[in-house]
Amino acid sequence: MLKLLALLLALFLAGSALAKEAAPASPDPALEKRAVALEKQLRCLVCQNETIADSRAELAMDLKKEIREKLKAGMSEKQIKQYLVARYGDFVLYKPPVMATTVPLWYGPFALLLAAVAGLFYYILRRRRSVAAQPLSEAEQARVRALLDSSEGQP
Amino acid sequence: MLRARFLLPLAAFAVFAAVIAVLGVGLTLDPRLVPSPLINKPAPAFTLPELEHPDKTFSKKDMLGKVWLLNVWASWCVSCREEHSTVLALSSSGVVPVIGLNYKDERADGLRYLARLGNPYQVIAYDHDGRVGINFGVYGVPETYVIDKTGVIRYKCIGPVTPQIVRDKILPLVKELNRNA
Repeated sequence: MLKLLALLLALFLAGSALAKEAAPASPDPALEKRAVALEKQLRCLVCQNETIADSRAELAMDLKKEIREKLKAGMSEKQIKQYLVARYGDFVLYKPPVMATTVPLWYGPFALLLAAVAGLFYYILRRRRSVAAQPLSEAEQARVRALLDSSEGQP
Repeated sequence: MLRARFLLPLAAFAVFAAVIAVLGVGLTLDPRLVPSPLINKPAPAFTLPELEHPDKTFSKKDMLGKVWLLNVWASWCVSCREEHSTVLALSSSGVVPVIGLNYKDERADGLRYLARLGNPYQVIAYDHDGRVGINFGVYGVPETYVIDKTGVIRYKCIGPVTPQIVRDKILPLVKELNRNA
């Protein structure tokens, strides 16, 4: 029985030792929530297609710690973002800001779509006009009549 | 009529080709090279204990008036080994003082690394928790900064320094910065 208890205790301690290696969670749940929300908007520069919240990279761990400390010190989300952008550039923001250089990125697809729709309309209008503008000639009308008459009564 | 019939597909094709060209150029760029916003900004101030002499400290201010290189390295960093001989050669040429920033390393590991591969650094600042690294925007070791006499960062090399980078970028820049008062 004692042995079993010792084993359980050892397992428990091992578990808590491992738990310490996990993400540096803050004991304050409100602050933790803010930190995680902020981390989801920030890019991990080591594994570039992951947010800091998702990443397990060393640097992301350090930044998580940094973010929690800064939040605890009373810095706002905006200030922390500015702090990181000053060091790592706009790339650290997962959602790129709208700037002169990112305008094509934000609005380019809509511009392409608009151009495509405009092209399509132009094509349809022109086609309709060209079709309407050419009435059938005498001979063609006679041929149409003949064809229609001959097909009457057939399935 | 005929002209529009040819021009329209031509215009559409031109747009398509432009998009392909932009994406094609994108393929040749290295997404890991993120331009640093710190270029032409004052290097973050820091004071750290030295790797070799824990009782002494190194401060950014110690280098005021000199053009210098800050080389961020760690014993666990594989690409640092790749650039090590280049950094050694650059340092022994005496053209520019090379300061090391030992980043997120254990002191003993760092010292062992230098004992085995040679020490190119005039001084090594020991950034155990990586705080100074964060202030410098370090995200992939090795990184090398050229800092001018007033303490402003002039150039950043992300990844291993090659003899080509030394010849084409670092040496001309150091020469130019030394010429300016």
